[in-house]
Amino acid sequence: MTDELIWRIAGGSGDGIDSTSQNFAKALMRSGLHIFTHRHYPSRIRGGHTYAQIRASAEPVTSRGDGYNFLLALGDSFGRSQTGEYAVYGNEELKPLTENLHDLREGGVIVYDSGLIDIDDVPDFDEQVEANGWHVYPLDLRALARDVGREVMRNTAGVGATAALTGIDLSYIEDLMSDTMHGDTLEQNLEILETAYESVLADYDVEANGLEVPTGTHERDQVLVSGSHAIAYGAIDEGCRFISGYPMTPWTDVFTIMSQLLPDIGGISEQVEDEIAAAALAIGASHAGAKAMSGSSGGGFALMSEPLGLAEMVEEPVVLVEAMRAGPSTGMPTKTEQGDLEHVLYTSQGDSTRVVFAPGTPEEAYEQTRLAFQVAYDYNVPTIVIYDQKLGGEYRTMDAAVFDRDPNPSMGGTLAESDLEDAPHHASGKFERFRYDAADGVSPRSLPGQAGGRFLATGNEHWPAGHIAEDPANRVKQMERRLSKYDAIRRFLDGRDGSNQTAYGPADAAYGILTWGSNQGTVEEAVDRLNADGDRVKALGVSDLRPFPVAAVTAFLESVDEALVVEMNATGQFRGLVQRELGRHGDKLYSLLKYDGEPFEPAEIVDAFETRVDGGVETEPRYNTRVVPAAGDLQ
Amino acid sequence: MSAFSAIGAHGDVESTDFTPGIEPQPTWCPGCGDFGVLKALKQAMPEVGRSPDEVLLVTGIGCSGKLNSYFESYGFHTIHGRSLPVARAAKLANPGLEVIAAGGDGDGYGIGGNHFMHTARENHDLTYIVFNNEVFGLTKGQTSPTSPKGHKSKTQPHGSAKDPVRPLSLSLASGSSYIARTAAVNPRQAKDILVEAMQHDGFAHVDFLTQCPTWNKDAKQYVPYTDVNESDDYDWDETDREEAGHMMYEVESALYEGEVLTGRFYHDPDRPSYQAEKQRIGEMPTTPLAERYADPDATWERSFDLLDVHR
Repeated sequence: MTDELIWRIAGGSGDGIDSTSQNFAKALMRSGLHIFTHRHYPSRIRGGHTYAQIRASAEPVTSRGDGYNFLLALGDSFGRSQTGEYAVYGNEELKPLTENLHDLREGGVIVYDSGLIDIDDVPDFDEQVEANGWHVYPLDLRALARDVGREVMRNTAGVGATAALTGIDLSYIEDLMSDTMHGDTLEQNLEILETAYESVLADYDVEANGLEVPTGTHERDQVLVSGSHAIAYGAIDEGCRFISGYPMTPWTDVFTIMSQLLPDIGGISEQVEDEIAAAALAIGASHAGAKAMSGSSGGGFALMSEPLGLAEMVEEPVVLVEAMRAGPSTGMPTKTEQGDLEHVLYTSQGDSTRVVFAPGTPEEAYEQTRLAFQVAYDYNVPTIVIYDQKLGGEYRTMDAAVFDRDPNPSMGGTLAESDLEDAPHHASGKFERFRYDAADGVSPRSLPGQAGGRFLATGNEHWPAGHIAEDPANRVKQMERRLSKYDAIRRFLDGRDGSNQTAYGPADAAYGILTWGSNQGTVEEAVDRLNADGDRVKALGVSDLRPFPVAAVTAFLESVDEALVVEMNATGQFRGLVQRELGRHGDKLYSLLKYDGEPFEPAEIVDAFETRVDGGVETEPRYNTRVVPAAGDLQ
Repeated sequence: MSAFSAIGAHGDVESTDFTPGIEPQPTWCPGCGDFGVLKALKQAMPEVGRSPDEVLLVTGIGCSGKLNSYFESYGFHTIHGRSLPVARAAKLANPGLEVIAAGGDGDGYGIGGNHFMHTARENHDLTYIVFNNEVFGLTKGQTSPTSPKGHKSKTQPHGSAKDPVRPLSLSLASGSSYIARTAAVNPRQAKDILVEAMQHDGFAHVDFLTQCPTWNKDAKQYVPYTDVNESDDYDWDETDREEAGHMMYEVESALYEGEVLTGRFYHDPDRPSYQAEKQRIGEMPTTPLAERYADPDATWERSFDLLDVHR
């Protein structure tokens, strides 16, 4: 028995790769395994090489893993393939067997659809098979599906073949199909599944490939959840019942989940004309007394820049989420990257008062989205949850109990009407919404429609009751009060049970890996492997980007000789932030960067660590990554 | 019990209730048409019957954006061109509010044009007042979207090569269900039109001609004017889109030849507001969303109870 199955299904966009893999992942979860998925897809609706990958293990898994050990190569049935010297996109049908095939592990299994793929067209296929000891099963999945139902059901035939070749109990898959399909479609798919399963068992000695699905049991109730779901659920549990947005990959996932749920739970979703409007609507809804959110990805978030500044100036509580994808500009819309850190921290004019969280896992995404709402509505500031295509799109098994929590619709920074009579008012009759002497800098707000709460909210600098002001002394007081919220929020975050910064590995390790956001789980796996190899390594995953956890990061860096800063961008934006916030330890900070659109695999971090840090000798890079040596402190 | 007792209280309302207790010195120039909007709006409120505490006046940027500095109500002075998206969400979150949006012609027909088009299309129950002085005032006289062709300014030294926007026609094509033009020099008509606009259940667009004595000296201060609803020279069906469209084209063309035609041009009393449409399809709660947060007995759904799709 192998300790893990990393199953890749590869075909074309529109071939149903995603839904097939979702069902299969759930079936494996129901069989008692832990799951981690990864999706690779092009920014196209029909056609184009795409794959989904499922890592299944008896032990909890925190990353996509390294490579894969089972390939179900369907080929792109919509491929408008180009051939010849000047072909831009190449032969899409063959891509499952030409792109990333070298990531298939030694001894791995290949099932390909011989009804679509002509293996003679794959360069050096036999040589590669022999060199790597791969087990190859050509099956005419198309014909198999066509005989019973329709050709598009060949995915099901592939799943049946997978089950036969790895010893998966068909009943889990059949149950899932019964949950998600009906009528003739269900009957035909069940028949195709079984036919493929039986024919592979009849035609091959399936044990010869040596790959067998692990068996496991869950001690606690599991759910298969993506980071996008976790964000949406965090929002719902904080009483968010208003969302406004404009579609943009990968933010669309959160927007879609919320839009489908809100009507049934008394909420409102608004798809609007652009992201400027989207952010402005969330601000308007919050101003009138709803807990509201909006969000986008890079280019759309750029349009939210000015409304974000307005929310800071009028101290409007609102939550924005930013789902990063590879930039600049349109970049690679469906590929992951962490290139928007500086964009989100610094966009919009003036000295800003936003709070920014970068969760590392779906569980953190749930917790920190809740925290984003609490901070926004208790301190009357805009908060941002920044994440990436990787975290938003990966599904993993989680304890259902993580979500078994009380809802929190409270708004600590908002007065009830009954409090307004005794609240301070200006001689003009206006309620003083922006008082200098507010505790923690938080001067509570009233809501339109409350008797006696009238004030002016304005993006101009203003007096305590909201009147436009350019008086220097007032300016200094208001600016300092707004900025003082950072200290109060830092104290609040530090005073909570549990930190947003995730420490991992032995406390006395001599070497560190510092990371932020969605690399968390991959780094943890790398740390385990390095320590198993005899290194002394620990990691810190940082989620509080603003206000920055200076004390926690300083303590971490003081405790290690060197640290590798792992992030998915080309210019080391997080390393720059650490240096800016700490002002020292620049001589300890190496960077490991990746910006090819794909998330890190643990082996890449292990390799970088062993070859570049810890006195290692620099070698030719073996991966699509880059190491930048420590450059000392900023001058 | 409502958490917003001001809403629907139906007390006696005087126009002076809308004058701030200590009135800030207006930043508008002497003779500015903006004073006419402020006065007409204050006078309209008693007829509408809404008190300062239940009005949210949302403005953009420009001289017009200062309206809520001099008008006593809840006010939100937003950013350039974005009054409408802020206003319509506030109305969705708490439909009991009387929400008024206001801004200039650059704010509404230029930088915020996209929001104007879509807010009209969706027919939100709002009143939108556009201070149309055919020039950028606060930034000192540059050519605006409604400046006539040939208008000279520091940024158009050879005269504008652009035809002006036709705001009424644009409004009609976009989907506004009430469209009128009035002028600051005609306070009685202006008041009547603002009353109608606020009482209209849907998106009411008022193009308000506001003379700019400082930067648009060429304009004739919009006098004399003709109220087309009172005049015998004009006859069209206000509820007919096609006839209203022809009328608007005539009115817009006339302005650039020095003839000021004002009045109510289009009115569709039957079209449901966006809020009504959204409630009809089950995508908006019938109890105001803002009330729910203040209700200690409200029950709140939990994500934990939505997890079956993940098992």
